[in-house]
Amino acid sequence: MTTESLDPPAMNVAPRDSGFNVRTLSLVGLLFVIAVTFHLLSGGLFLTARNLYNIVVQTSVVAILACGMTIVIVTRNIDLSVGSVLGCVGMVIALLQIQIFPQEAAWNWPLTVVIGLALGALIGAWHGFWIAYLGVPSFVVTLGGLLIFRGAAFEVAQGKTLAPFDPIYRLFGGGIDGALGVGPSWMLFVVIMVLYGLGEILVHRRQTRLGFHSKARAKVLRFALVLVAAAAFVATMNSYLKPRSDIGRGVPIPALVLLSVVLFMEFVTRFTTFGRYIFAIGGNIDAARLNGIPTRRTVLVAFITMGVLCAIAAVVTTARLNAGTSSTGELLELSAIAAAVIGGASLSGGRGTIAGAVVGALIIQSLESGMVLIGASSSQRMVAIGLVLMAAVFADKYLSGEE
Amino acid sequence: METQTGKPLVEMRGVFKAFGGVHAVEDVDVTLHAGEVVAVLGHNGAGKSTLMKMLAGAYRRDAGSVHIDGKAAELASPAEAFELGIETIHQTLALADNLDATANLFLGREIAWRVGPFRIMDSARMRDVAAKVISQLNPRFTNLNTPCRDLSGGQRQTIAIARAIHFEAHVLIMDEPTAALGPHETAMVADLIRELKSKGIGIFLISHDIHDVFDLADRVVVMKNGQVVGTANTSDVSQDDVLGMIILGKCPEGAIPGPGARSNPQ
Ligand SMILES: Nc1ncnc2c1ncn2[C@@H]1O[C@H](COP(=O)(O)OP(=O)(O)O)[C@@H](O)[C@H]1O
Ligand SMILES: [Mg+2]
Repeated sequence: MTTESLDPPAMNVAPRDSGFNVRTLSLVGLLFVIAVTFHLLSGGLFLTARNLYNIVVQTSVVAILACGMTIVIVTRNIDLSVGSVLGCVGMVIALLQIQIFPQEAAWNWPLTVVIGLALGALIGAWHGFWIAYLGVPSFVVTLGGLLIFRGAAFEVAQGKTLAPFDPIYRLFGGGIDGALGVGPSWMLFVVIMVLYGLGEILVHRRQTRLGFHSKARAKVLRFALVLVAAAAFVATMNSYLKPRSDIGRGVPIPALVLLSVVLFMEFVTRFTTFGRYIFAIGGNIDAARLNGIPTRRTVLVAFITMGVLCAIAAVVTTARLNAGTSSTGELLELSAIAAAVIGGASLSGGRGTIAGAVVGALIIQSLESGMVLIGASSSQRMVAIGLVLMAAVFADKYLSGEE
Repeated sequence: METQTGKPLVEMRGVFKAFGGVHAVEDVDVTLHAGEVVAVLGHNGAGKSTLMKMLAGAYRRDAGSVHIDGKAAELASPAEAFELGIETIHQTLALADNLDATANLFLGREIAWRVGPFRIMDSARMRDVAAKVISQLNPRFTNLNTPCRDLSGGQRQTIAIARAIHFEAHVLIMDEPTAALGPHETAMVADLIRELKSKGIGIFLISHDIHDVFDLADRVVVMKNGQVVGTANTSDVSQDDVLGMIILGKCPEGAIPGPGARSNPQ
C-alpha cells in the first residue's frame, strides 16, 4: 500500500521537534546579511547598541501585530484593519487617560489599558462575526474596518493630538526609563533559559517514555544557540547607556511585551487544539467541518486575538510617542502582513509560524533602519521594502516547490 | 422483505434535502442493521453522498426522521454523529493536507487536557495511538509525521479508515472507499469490510459501480435523481437486475420499489 516503506523509524519525529526550522533559520541568516551590509554601507552605524536598541523597540510593535496576522493568515483570512484599530484604540486610551479620568489617580492608566484591551477584543469580535458567521470575505470586512476605525480614531477627539501620558504608562514605550536595567535583564535571561531547558527536558522525557526517537543532540545544539543569541542580546541592550550616565538600559519593556506575546502565541499554536484547528481550517475547511471542528468559533477567536494584539501594540506605540494622534498606525497593516508573509505564512492558508513572523518583522525594521542610516528617503524605503516582500514570497515559493 | 429482525441500527424515514432548487434527496427511506452491509448505488449526482452526509451530521435534513438504535436523533453536527457511534469515510477523505497522519486521525477529537480556556494536546500520546492503529491496518505505513499532501492515495485512505476504527464505529459509512485505490488495495478494503461486519458493525457502502460492492453487500439500495428506485437483498436479484435499476430506474421482481421506481416498467 506504500512506497515509503523503507523509511527508517528514526524519521518518525515531527519536524518541529527535530531541531531547526529551515525556513526560520535561513531568515536569520538573511538578517545577518542585512545587518553586516548596512553596517559597512553606513560606515559602522548599524551594529551599535543604540541602533540595535531602537530596532528592537520599533520591531516590537510590528512583530506583535505580525503574530496575530500570522494566525489570521493561517486560517486563510486577512486583516487589513490592524493599523486603524491600533490608531482607534490608542486614541480611546489617550482620551480616557488624559481628558476623562482624573490625572493623578493611580488606577487611571491601568484601567485605560484594560479598557483598551477589551475594546480591541470587541473590534476583533465584530470583524470575526461578519467573517465567520455572516460569510463576508475577510478582505472586504477588514477593508471596511480600515476605514471605519481610522475614521473613528479621528472622531474620538476631533483629530486633536492628546498628550502627555502618565509617566508609568510611558514605560511601555521603551523610552529613557522604559527598560529593565542591567541586573534584572540578566536575571530574566537566567530564568527564561532555565524554564526553556526544563521544558525541553520534560518533552524529551515524555517522548522517550512513549518509545519515540527524540533527537537529543539536535536539541542540545538548539538550546546552546538560543543561549548564546539571548546572552548576546541582553549584553547589547545592557551596553546602551542612558544619556549622560554610565547606567546601562537593559532589555526594553516593549521587547518584554513582545516576548510575552510570542511565548503565549507559540504555546497556543503548537500545543492547544485551537492551534491545531486554525491550521486545519486553513488547510481544508471542508475537512475541518466534516471532522466536527467548530470552524466559525475558531475563526472568530482568531480575529478576537488579532484585536487584542492590536490593542497591546496601541499601548506600546502611544507610550512611545507619548501622544495620541488620529493617524497613529497608518500603513502598519502592510508591515504586519509583509512580516508574516516574509516569515513563511502562506496567503493560501494552513502555513505560518510565530517565530517566522517575528524574524520577518525584524527584517523589515532592519531594512527600514538601515536605509535611514544610509540616508535613503522614505519614498525610496517604500520601494525597497515592496521589492523585498515580492522577492521573499518568490523565494519561498521557489524553495518550497523544490523540496 | 428485510430478513433481519429486531430494531434496526439506523432507520431513516422520509428524508429530504434540497440545495436551492436542486432536490438532492427526496423522500428517502433506508434502514441498516447490526452486522449488515447495505450498498447504496446510483449514478454520480444521484444523491448518495448527500443522504450519507445527513446521517454523518454534515448536512441538516430539510424533513424526515432518523432513529439510531431506536432513538430519534437530530444529527445537527458531526460531533453528534460521532457520539452516536456513526463514523464516516467521506468520498473526499476529509483530510487536511498540511497536517500529518496523526493530526488527521485525531482531527476534531484530540486527546487533550483542559487547562482553563485551553485544551492542551497530548501529542506524544496521540502519536503513540496513531502508530498502533495505523500499523494494524498497514504495517508498512510508518511516515506518520509527513504532511498528508505527500502521501499516496492508499495511505490517505488508511488514515480515514483508521479514524473509524480508532473511534469504534457502530455505524460505518464508506463513501466510494475504493475510488482512488488499485486492485490490491481494493481487496484489502474488502477484507476489512468483512472483518468489521463480523464484529457486528453496520456498514453503508456507497458506490457508483455495482461490481465493486455486489459480493460484499447483503442488500442494495438504488438511488436515481435523489429518490430510491428500489431495495433488494443481493440474494434475490442479479447484478443485471441492479444495473437495470441504476440505469433505467426499473425495479425488478424480488426488489421492493421505492418512490423513484419507473411507474410503467416494460
Ligand atoms: N453542497 C452542495 N451544494 C449544492 N448542490 C449540491 C451540494 N452537494 C450536492 N449537491 C447536488 O446534489 C445532487 C446530489 O449530489 P451527491 O449527493 O453528491 O450525489 P452522489 O454522491 O450520488 O454522486 C447533485 O445534483 C449535486 O450537484
Ligand atoms: Mg458522491
